[in-house]
Amino acid sequence: MGMLDKKYHDSNIIIVGLESALNWARKNSLWYEQFGLACCAIEMMATAASRYDFDRFGIIPRSSPRQADVMIVAGTVTMKMASRILRLYEQMSEPRYVISMGSCSNCGGPYWEHGYHVLKGVDKVVPVDVYVPGCPPRPEALLEGFLKLQEKITGETIIEKKVTETEKV
Amino acid sequence: MLTDFGYILLFILTGAIFVGVALSVAKLIRPHRPNEAKLMTYECGEIPFGDARVQFNNRFYIIGLMFLIFEVEILLLFPWAVVFKDIGWFAFFAMFVFVFLIFIGFIYELGKGQLQWDIPKPRIPRYVEGVGVVDDDYNEEENAEQVVELN
Repeated sequence: MGMLDKKYHDSNIIIVGLESALNWARKNSLWYEQFGLACCAIEMMATAASRYDFDRFGIIPRSSPRQADVMIVAGTVTMKMASRILRLYEQMSEPRYVISMGSCSNCGGPYWEHGYHVLKGVDKVVPVDVYVPGCPPRPEALLEGFLKLQEKITGETIIEKKVTETEKV
Repeated sequence: MLTDFGYILLFILTGAIFVGVALSVAKLIRPHRPNEAKLMTYECGEIPFGDARVQFNNRFYIIGLMFLIFEVEILLLFPWAVVFKDIGWFAFFAMFVFVFLIFIGFIYELGKGQLQWDIPKPRIPRYVEGVGVVDDDYNEEENAEQVVELN
């Protein structure tokens, strides 16, 4: 199974068409995992509420990682939470994306020096696609992050890159 | 020409085909990279342990209910204590009646033995020939002569 997943090495007109269809579908239904870690979650809720209205981009909160495509790490990632975040990320279905929201999850934020309990950036445990700066970021900033993620998804390919001999080493 | 039930059949068939096609197409094109964490039961990010079916002693229910009642009572006592001086004896008697009613319930509960954690032995009444229905602690040997006399 997974017929379209990194099975081809060369591009042709059918694959390009399929790719654009897949990417179009994926970027317009970015369902995000509904969990907030700290105050950034309040901004995330505000973004989902009527004034900023996430839903018009097809961005819908899901309560289970099985149904989610995007994980918004909204808030301070403590050491205790880091292993849970990794597990939640692993439990999401692929393709999966991570948006790191706010200074705390970007780099530790105000805890960067003396926060003995805070992970200095969520990218230490999960691969991050988009970093949204701010403490906390305004809803517009989070929306901007999602638009950037959509741009990134548009450029995705189902072709497996050929690894040359020099790259293997 | 289709009958009315023919339309229903068409709807059922279309529904089944739609679901089948959607699921099989998704199975064909989705990435399939399972690992241990992905196949794990979703438990809000925690490692699941034990059985999904957990049994509680239903005596916890009575304890929880009692706790709730007295908690609400104490919550009511707080605003009562704040305005107690302004209202005076009326407030005292009103609250006295209220607390007393709950206290009666508490005594009843104690009498029933619901707050004893060691489970009381069930008292199963049984029938003894010549005597009638007796309690569980009725001793036959002690009362054997009596029974004979009665006969």
